[in-house]
Amino acid sequence: MTPMLISILTITGLATLFGLLLGYANVRFHVEGDPITDQIESLLPQTQCGQCGFAGCRPYAEAIAAGEAEINKCPPGGESGMLALADLLGRDPVPLDSEHAAVKPKAIALIKEQECIGCTLCLQACPVDAILGAAKQMHVVIGSECTGCELCIPPCPVDCIVMQPIEQDTSNWRWPFPDPSHPEVAVRTTE
Amino acid sequence: MHTPTVKQHARQLWRFHGGLHLPDNKALSLQRPLRTADLPDRLVLPLQQHIGEPAEPLVRVGDSVLKGQKIADNPAPVSSPVHAPTSGRILEISDQPVPHPSGLPGPCIIIEPDGQDRWATLPEPITDYRSASAGTLRTRIRESGIVGMGGATFPSAIKLNPGKPIKTLIINGAECEPYITCDDLLMQTYPERVLEGARILLRLLDAEECLIAVEDNKPSAISILHTHLQEQDRIEVVSIPTLYPSGGEKQLIRILTGLEVPSSGYPAQLGIVCHNVATTAAIADAVLEGKPLISRIVTLTGDGIAEPCNIETPLGIPASDLVVQAAGYTDKVSQLILGGPMMGFDLPTDQIPITKGANCLLAVSEAEAPPTGATLACIRCGRCAEACPAKLLPQQMYWYSRAKDLEKAQDYNLFDCIECGCCSHVCPSHIPLVQYFRYAKTESWAKEKERREAEHAKQRHEFRIARLERLEAERKARLRKKKADLKKKPARKKASGSDGSKKAAIEAALQRAAAKKAQRQTAPKNTQNLTAAQQAQIEAADQRRAEQAPPANDTIREEKE
Repeated sequence: MTPMLISILTITGLATLFGLLLGYANVRFHVEGDPITDQIESLLPQTQCGQCGFAGCRPYAEAIAAGEAEINKCPPGGESGMLALADLLGRDPVPLDSEHAAVKPKAIALIKEQECIGCTLCLQACPVDAILGAAKQMHVVIGSECTGCELCIPPCPVDCIVMQPIEQDTSNWRWPFPDPSHPEVAVRTTE
Repeated sequence: MHTPTVKQHARQLWRFHGGLHLPDNKALSLQRPLRTADLPDRLVLPLQQHIGEPAEPLVRVGDSVLKGQKIADNPAPVSSPVHAPTSGRILEISDQPVPHPSGLPGPCIIIEPDGQDRWATLPEPITDYRSASAGTLRTRIRESGIVGMGGATFPSAIKLNPGKPIKTLIINGAECEPYITCDDLLMQTYPERVLEGARILLRLLDAEECLIAVEDNKPSAISILHTHLQEQDRIEVVSIPTLYPSGGEKQLIRILTGLEVPSSGYPAQLGIVCHNVATTAAIADAVLEGKPLISRIVTLTGDGIAEPCNIETPLGIPASDLVVQAAGYTDKVSQLILGGPMMGFDLPTDQIPITKGANCLLAVSEAEAPPTGATLACIRCGRCAEACPAKLLPQQMYWYSRAKDLEKAQDYNLFDCIECGCCSHVCPSHIPLVQYFRYAKTESWAKEKERREAEHAKQRHEFRIARLERLEAERKARLRKKKADLKKKPARKKASGSDGSKKAAIEAALQRAAAKKAQRQTAPKNTQNLTAAQQAQIEAADQRRAEQAPPANDTIREEKE
């Protein structure tokens, strides 16, 4: 009888101890929010453009984290963004959704100053406060802050906002991926 | 060593990892003496001839400028001004082809020389640089537009503010790339300028010693520098073995001191500052004569140039003009390269200006630069790793760069690659390894920039949301307050209706009215000298009034009406 009792007591004691430990750890190391959402969000381009059908990058990240959205709905992120998400989440890469597939060159908004009537509608639409202006004053896009989300275009009553592709110059030029079929001519100093 | 005048040195030298023994082909351009370029019809001065922020024009189209006048500058911490190389008129400020591997145009100022070469008023020479403060010297060097002339074009004044005590100043005269001889000729022609520059830098940095490193394939330069050394100089001219790329900053430091600059570190951490000989000579001009950087020596060489030589030329001269002054192209020319054969890049056109960092125009023939043949698969032979002077694993970086796995490539220290081309040169499969690394580097920078921009946009978006929430909360609070006020007001009216003070006020008003009435009654003006009939009417009326005897309040109301 005694060995039986000892084993029951030991197991009960151990269970209580571990239960308390786990309970303490749950309180002590509690994580606010869902860390995977933050990780997903950090991979999204933060244009807040809503082309994914959500109200911004954070809501889309939350939807992906909850398994409610595919990872191929972000045109500004492009294929590399989709691949990064697939890598993070261990999902299979999926080609960019056809309706979200129009990957455009990066552009920023430009307000045609002669046509702007100063209605402030674009100011309210801009998700990153990149448009400067006041009622009945001409508005202007702060180029360095514009993410190119195009959200200011639909509200404009006089259609005076256009997207201007960012031109390539020597400061943002990138070396092209080497083309193996066209080996470059390297100078060989004659031995 | 090379000449009897050379003292024997016991200095120990080290060897860096890898490197290549290349046929140097330097004799080609050393056959002729240094030439001076004739002024062309127009000088094209790019606003970005340095690493950092591009300069902004300080002149307008049509302005007259004098030689040495500052025509563009930018107050940003990492930038450098541009000066007019001769006197003349500003023809144009516009985008022009610039020496850049992309072949894209960049903003330039175009000067039409007036042929008079009139100097502007230059800043006062600092002849007594030994008693000048380091700050004064640095400002002079910055204002003179001096950048690294070995090709890196980093603003020199910044390198001269290391923020750490400096033990060794290294003057880089290695010039390790084949074909190039401009530094060799500079040391041979102007040894005094190089040495004066070294003395100024020694004083500026307060360094213990200065080593001028020259590869041993330039014996004349070494001996000429030796003969110009003074007894009290803390300068030593060190002959180093010829091995490409000994002129790389980290490689040269390894050769001279045995120290290794840590990965993604910089030489000042080790108490070392390194400057090119041409930069050093330009610093001497700037400090001792007040002259800004407006000219440099350029090597024109290769089988494609009729008279290979070195030319001292104003900056901004079109490369095509320079080639004409070297008697033009031969019919063997197949390709034009800016820089050396290993680290230079192809020029699609010779209509580009010579800039501060342009050391060599190499016009090669088909025989000098044969096509490499088709790229084959990597066979993992490891010869690239043996040749790499930065001790990297090019084959690993190649795999990851090809797979566009930039993070992995960075794990293999992609950014320590100096793009010297040794790995591509030895590769038996003719893989353009350096092209892959350049691709991976610019791609990584672009990704990093995108990441920073995304982070910035996110912060702004979050701020906006917080702002909108705050405004909404404030609006709601205002509404609540208004509602509360509305509720309060009628309550106060009721309360004040039964208030004693209001009653008292009414009372007082009544009394005033009564007093007025009494006064009127005591002395009405139309009661004197009345006829008897009138008197009788008044009495009758008074009697009626007394009979009706209305309450006091009504009397007041009547009066008011």
